Amino acid sequence: MSNIVLEVKSLTRRFGAFTAVDSLTLSVNAGEVFALLGSNGAGKTTTIKMLTTLLPPSSGEARVAGFSITTQAVDVRRSIGYVPQAVSVDGSLTGYENLLIFAKLYDLPHRERQARIRDALEFMNLTADGGRMVNQYSGGMVRRLEIAQSTLHRPRVLFLDEPTVGLDPIARDAVWKHLVDLRTNYGTTLFFTTHYLEEAQSYCDRIAIMHLGKVAALGTCQELEASLGGDGHTLDEVFVHYAGSALDSAGNFRSVSAERATAKRLG
Amino acid sequence: MTATFIYPLTGFLEKTFVITEFELRKLRHDFTELVTRALQPALWLLVFGQVFARSGAMHTGSIPYLDFIAPGILAQSVLFVAIFYGINVIWERDLGIVQKFLASPTPRAALVLGKGFSAGIRSLSQAAIVYGLSLLVGVKLNWNPLALLNVVVVVVLAATLFSTFSLIIACIVKTRERFMGVGQVLTMPLFFASNAIYPTTLMPGWLKIVSHLNPLTYVVDALRTFMLAGSTSSFGLSYDYAVILLTTIILVLIGARLYPHLAV
Repeated sequence: MSNIVLEVKSLTRRFGAFTAVDSLTLSVNAGEVFALLGSNGAGKTTTIKMLTTLLPPSSGEARVAGFSITTQAVDVRRSIGYVPQAVSVDGSLTGYENLLIFAKLYDLPHRERQARIRDALEFMNLTADGGRMVNQYSGGMVRRLEIAQSTLHRPRVLFLDEPTVGLDPIARDAVWKHLVDLRTNYGTTLFFTTHYLEEAQSYCDRIAIMHLGKVAALGTCQELEASLGGDGHTLDEVFVHYAGSALDSAGNFRSVSAERATAKRLG
Repeated sequence: MTATFIYPLTGFLEKTFVITEFELRKLRHDFTELVTRALQPALWLLVFGQVFARSGAMHTGSIPYLDFIAPGILAQSVLFVAIFYGINVIWERDLGIVQKFLASPTPRAALVLGKGFSAGIRSLSQAAIVYGLSLLVGVKLNWNPLALLNVVVVVVLAATLFSTFSLIIACIVKTRERFMGVGQVLTMPLFFASNAIYPTTLMPGWLKIVSHLNPLTYVVDALRTFMLAGSTSSFGLSYDYAVILLTTIILVLIGARLYPHLAV
């Protein structure tokens, strides 16, 4: 019961007439790796922005690490780490400096800072590059540094918005190896969005498929595959079944253009 | 009771200086910026100032015209550099940097003020440039250490004020293209509707009123008083400081309110 680290109840976000997230309800257990799948404009990023307190919900509620995202936003921020989809480390600073600033902002005790930063660099396999300017890093190194930065304060929940987008398969594997280690070593709960179904399949405990702002399906990979009935369904088939496309299901031209406008606004 | 009040304040200031520190660490890599910034004040003092001083067209009382405009040019170059500061904020938003800072427990006002202070400290290079140029053209400067210290404080505050104003514009327009347009539209009116290059006594009535609503006027007045030997303030130094400080505080509060909108 107290094992639930993330509890979302009827969470809704509207942009004008368009409902980006529509009465979302789900819960995530401590230490779980949880993936949010869905086609573009399904409401994944909007959900993450609400859970990380960047965007106030229109209605509904969510508790992260026991704190309300609406009334206890600062406590939520102390308990989470966030890796946005876009690059979030500063290219004009070194890797070490990027970590140092967050060590200071999160009030890590003075005498622990250096040790924590050293550990974080080592953990993400960046020890040799800590003193280099981040604008000389490769894409995979940037992502690993971002993860190091957002986990320096040992958050209970780490939110990642498409953590491996734009990375080659080797860099993606490296990022995931470190994410899995984080969970194993520190019990960090991982909540992430992705378009790569095989990542969800390989690393997730549970998956939610979002479609038009709602949860279309939720469960373990096996449960989702079994839910289609019959044998041998792949996650790809599950995804197409639940997420479909806007034109195949309830969507029409208006909702698609509204989605794109929102995607543009969010981007 | 005092402890609970003091802690948030020290915590707030500490976070503000963390933001400032890291903005300044980035300076190491843009020395070219410091050089290009020297060009505009040089043009105004060496070309515009010299010609107008010879023409004798401006009646600046007991103060020679070049002496009169030197503090005005300092204020102007601080304004021109600070007003485009918001472009960095938009750049950081297009990446995910703004979002990541906003998802941290840092107070919003500390994020805004920390950036403002860093613009303030950066703009001290402008002061050094204008002092150098002033020596070159024979402006009679006041070298009293206390006066110099006040120049530093006024320059830092002025840059904080205008860079925060710039950040507010960035929070509203959100794109680089629109920002450049708005920035350009604002700088010249702020500059011309001030006492930077002519005394307000020469202005038509309506412009005089506008100039009295313009914070730049008080920045120029304070700088003129502290920079020049034997100069007196038109409004009173405490009045100048009060206007500058109050405007900065109000802008930081507005900025802190609007900054989270960048993450949306």
